[in-house]
Amino acid sequence: MVDLKTIRKIAKLSMIEMSENEEADFSSQLSKAIEYFNQVSEVDTKNVDPMTTPTEIVPHYREDVPAQVVSPEEILAIAPERTGNLYTVPPVV
Amino acid sequence: MYRGYEAVIGLEIHAQLSTKSKIFSEDATAFDAGDNENLSLVSAGLPGALPVLNRKVVEFSIQAGLALGCEIRRKNTFARKNYFYPDLPKGYQISQYDEPICENGRVIIFVGGQEKTIRIIRAHMEEDAGKSTHFGEYTLVNYNRAGVPLLEIVSAPDLRTPEEAAEYAKTIRQILKYIGVCDGNLEEGSLRCDCNVSVRPVGTAELGTKVEIKNVNSFRFVEKAIEYEIERQVDALERKEKIIQETRLYDSDKNRTVPMRTKEDAQDYRYFPDPDLLPVIITDEMIKEIHLHLPELPSARKKRFIEHYGLPEYDAIMLTAEKEYADYFEATTKISSNPKSTANWMMTELTRELNQANIEVDKSPVSPAGLAGLLKLIDQGIISGKIAKTVFNDMWSTGKSAEEIIKDKNLTQISDRAAIEKIVDEILSQNSKSVLEYKSGRTKLLGFFVGAVMKATKGQASPDLVNQILLDKLKR
Repeated sequence: MVDLKTIRKIAKLSMIEMSENEEADFSSQLSKAIEYFNQVSEVDTKNVDPMTTPTEIVPHYREDVPAQVVSPEEILAIAPERTGNLYTVPPVV
Repeated sequence: MYRGYEAVIGLEIHAQLSTKSKIFSEDATAFDAGDNENLSLVSAGLPGALPVLNRKVVEFSIQAGLALGCEIRRKNTFARKNYFYPDLPKGYQISQYDEPICENGRVIIFVGGQEKTIRIIRAHMEEDAGKSTHFGEYTLVNYNRAGVPLLEIVSAPDLRTPEEAAEYAKTIRQILKYIGVCDGNLEEGSLRCDCNVSVRPVGTAELGTKVEIKNVNSFRFVEKAIEYEIERQVDALERKEKIIQETRLYDSDKNRTVPMRTKEDAQDYRYFPDPDLLPVIITDEMIKEIHLHLPELPSARKKRFIEHYGLPEYDAIMLTAEKEYADYFEATTKISSNPKSTANWMMTELTRELNQANIEVDKSPVSPAGLAGLLKLIDQGIISGKIAKTVFNDMWSTGKSAEEIIKDKNLTQISDRAAIEKIVDEILSQNSKSVLEYKSGRTKLLGFFVGAVMKATKGQASPDLVNQILLDKLKR
C-alpha cells in the first residue's frame, strides 16, 4: 500500500487538493498501478537500451525565422486575469 | 585558504543562444519587445500546441560544445522537468537530463599568471522560463523569455577561489562571444550563473555540504557572493554548526546570501523523456562541417599573436580579449605592417576614445585603414608621434583621414635641415647663458634646448634631427 504521507506528497507535487476519502481511494488505486510496474520491472533489461522513441528518424527542424502568429491581444483574451498585457497570477512569494 | 579551510566551487552557467526565434516555436527573442509580444501558442503552453526544434539551437550548441572541448552526443534527448510555478506555462520545462548534447569538456583559465584547467561535466539545451514581478497581493508574468534557448554549462567542482570562479565565468563568456553563439550581455540576462559552494578542512578529500547560490548576474557578484558564502560557512564550522544543504539567493545591495529553500522542500522534478520531441540525431558530417567553420578561439589567437606578430604576452592578451578587437588589430596591421605600434595605439589612444564614447570597436569612427594610414605617416617620418596624437583626435571627431588633416592643418614634420638649423641658432643666441653652462658641464640642459626648439616649431620638427643639430652646434 502507498502510505498517506506519500499520497499527500504526490498530491502536493501535482498541485491537487484531496479530501480524506480521496486520499484513501487513490492510495489503493496507486498501489495497484505500482504493483503492476513492479511486475514489469522484473523483466531483465540489463542489455537493453532505454527506448525514447520506437523509430530512429531524423527530427524535423524549424529554420530560425521569427514570426508573430498571434497578437498579445488574442492570446491574453483567454487569460483568467490580466493587468495591461501582463498575466496576473496569485502571489508566489 | 580560509582559516585552515579550502573552498570547492562549481558553476552552472546559463547562456542564452543568439537565435532570432525561440527554441521550439517561431516567436521572436528580441529583448526590447512589448509585454507578452513574443508569445506563441507553444510558448504560452496551450494544450495541443507542439514544439518543433529550432535547427540553429542545435548548431550553436554543437559549436559551443566543440569550443569547450566537449564530446558531442550523437543521439541526445529532451526531457521534461516538472514543477509548478507561474513563470512556466506548461507546468514543466523542456530540458535535457540523462542524455545531454555536450559532455566531458574543459577550459583553461589564467589566474595570477597561472594556467588552470577546469573540467566541464556537461552542457545541455533547454528553454528559459518567463519573468515574474511580485507585488505582494499578486504577481505579474511576462512570457517573452519563455522558450528562449539556453545552453546550461555545468563545470566540475574544480574551482577553489572566488577569483577562479569569476575568471572561469569570464572565460566561458569570452569563448561563447568569440564563436558568436551568445552575445554575453549581462545586463539583459544573456548569461546567468548559479554557484555551488562548499568548504572543507585543507588536506581532506571528502567534500563538505554544498550550498547553491542562484541567479548571480555579474562577474563581480559571482566573486562577492562566493566570497561571502565561504566566510559564512567557515564561521559556522568554527562555531561547530552544521552546514545545511540549501539554495540561497545573493542580495547584492547588502552583499550577503539569504536562504531560499532547504533540501527538505527541494523539488522532485520527476524528469522523463519528452514524448513531443524526437531524439536529436547528430551525424559526423554535421560535426565536421561545424568544426570547419569554427573561428579561431581566444587562447589560440593569443598564442599566434605572440608568435606571428612578436607581441609581448600582455599585449596579446589585451588584443584578443574580444574578437572584434583582435579583428581590428589584424586588419590594421595588415596595412600598417607595424604590429607593435598598432598594438600600442590601440591599447592607448583607441581604447581611451572607445571607452569615453562607450562604443564597441567595430563602430569606431577611425577605421583600421584610417589608423594604419596614420601609423604609416609616423613610420615615414612625415609627422612625429606627438603630432600624431592630435591628428588621431581630429580623425576621431571628424572621420577624416590622417593625410587630409595634416594637409588641412599644415602639420607636416619639418625635416628640412636648414630650416631647423636656423631655429636652433635663434634659440642658442637667445639663451647664451645656458649655452655657457652647458659647455662648462651641465649637459642636462640639452633637454631644455630640445624643448625650446620643439616649442618654436609647434612640435613639427623631427626630434632626431633637432637632437643631432643641437649636439653638433653645442660641441663647437
